[in-house]
Amino acid sequence: MDISIFGIQSSTLAVTALLTGVTLVVGALVIAWLIGPRSYTKMKGEPYECGIPSRGESMAQFHVGYYLFAILFLMFDVETVFLFPWAAICRSVGSGALLAVGTFLVILALGLAYAWRKGALRWK
Amino acid sequence: MFDLSIVTGWVHDLLTGWMPTLPWLVTTIECVLVALFLLVAYSLIAMIYIMYERWVCAWIQCRLGPNRVGPKGTLQIFADVIKILQKEIIRLWSTDKFLFFLAPFLVVIASVLTFACLPWGKGFQVIDFNIGVFFIIAVSSIGVLGVLLAGWSSNSKYSLLGAMRSGAQMISYELSVGFSVLTMVCLAGTMSITGIVEAQSDGWFLFKGHLPAIVAFVIYTIAANAENNRGPFDLPEAEHELTAGYHTEYSGIHYGLFYLAEYLNLFIVSGIAALLFLGGWMPLHVPGWEGFNTVMDYIPSSLWFLGKAFFMTFLFMWIRWSFPRVRIDQLLALEWRYLMPMGLVNLVVMAVIVTQGWHF
Repeated sequence: MDISIFGIQSSTLAVTALLTGVTLVVGALVIAWLIGPRSYTKMKGEPYECGIPSRGESMAQFHVGYYLFAILFLMFDVETVFLFPWAAICRSVGSGALLAVGTFLVILALGLAYAWRKGALRWK
Repeated sequence: MFDLSIVTGWVHDLLTGWMPTLPWLVTTIECVLVALFLLVAYSLIAMIYIMYERWVCAWIQCRLGPNRVGPKGTLQIFADVIKILQKEIIRLWSTDKFLFFLAPFLVVIASVLTFACLPWGKGFQVIDFNIGVFFIIAVSSIGVLGVLLAGWSSNSKYSLLGAMRSGAQMISYELSVGFSVLTMVCLAGTMSITGIVEAQSDGWFLFKGHLPAIVAFVIYTIAANAENNRGPFDLPEAEHELTAGYHTEYSGIHYGLFYLAEYLNLFIVSGIAALLFLGGWMPLHVPGWEGFNTVMDYIPSSLWFLGKAFFMTFLFMWIRWSFPRVRIDQLLALEWRYLMPMGLVNLVVMAVIVTQGWHF
């Protein structure tokens, strides 16, 4: 099944697509570099701040809540990875596997319920 | 129905006939052909989509839209591309140079790789792994990295905040996309893209899969819109708060590449919806209507696929131009409190239906 168009291995084609993407970006940048103007003023290198001189550190503080959501995401994303092989053969493995996966899902749902109860899902 | 593998097989035989002793050269030439197709299709679809969005947006807002350059404004996009190519690429003195230049690469590569996985037509599948949809999900999340890097390396407050919002939003909604894909994989019984399309030859999954397929479709439509930072979920670039979000500091074609990838992602998301729910390139068949089915079979498969993708895009644009922007707390609550649990329950219901053999 890993044979794709022209009978080439899919991994070779994936590398081809990757190189196509690189070519596209490099090509666009080279064209722009060749035909675009170049000028230098000191103010041009300043970060954008609605036209006034920028104040303070550019690395602003941001909400800690982003980290919480990132951790929750990790938990559920890894779970999705585990579920994919089961989903692909779920017709043939039948109800026993469904029961096992159901138990796994219930434990995860309890985790989500815990996070919800703790207020991790609330944006303060 | 026309099968492209006849053409590709003929080209392959021709090349092998010319150089029977050099199989690697044959493979290289074929890879270059594929790369050329990808490059042309990528740029063409981006151009078509940008104009499509502008016309649909104008139509929804009762405006005329672009109508000056060329007949009915069709050449506007070429004027825009030429203009954006002529702009200077500005790099701030305080940016992290390497990461700043790396970010557009990641964003574009993620979209090109996903783009190559779509089922373009019968026998016309560029990358066809047996774990196809899984590959799509894995590769498309590289884009999040590009967005985060773009904001982080720009060393600007707007970019940083925009990137953080964008990252949180994209990873959250990726879960819902993953769950709806998982539900459909459950129904199809395979992860390969050709396999999923073939499983829908006797009816599209949207019609075949009972209620769970319809719920998965709705969840997918909402989540995909958020995944693309579009529609009511475009807070990463909410212009009155964050100027332009993570690409504030990018200029000229550097910004253009982000823009390109954004529109391509819209097409990819619509293409995946067409693949999972609307039967990929399979024509519409109604059981019992023999004449109707024969007529539908005469329409080329690529047209079916593109038609479905354009229809889905129209749906996304309709949503985008109809709803007001949500707040970040509403956005995350929608995902984690509603869509996620719904997706989980939906998956279990689908699994029960499939294991009990209640599906059509």
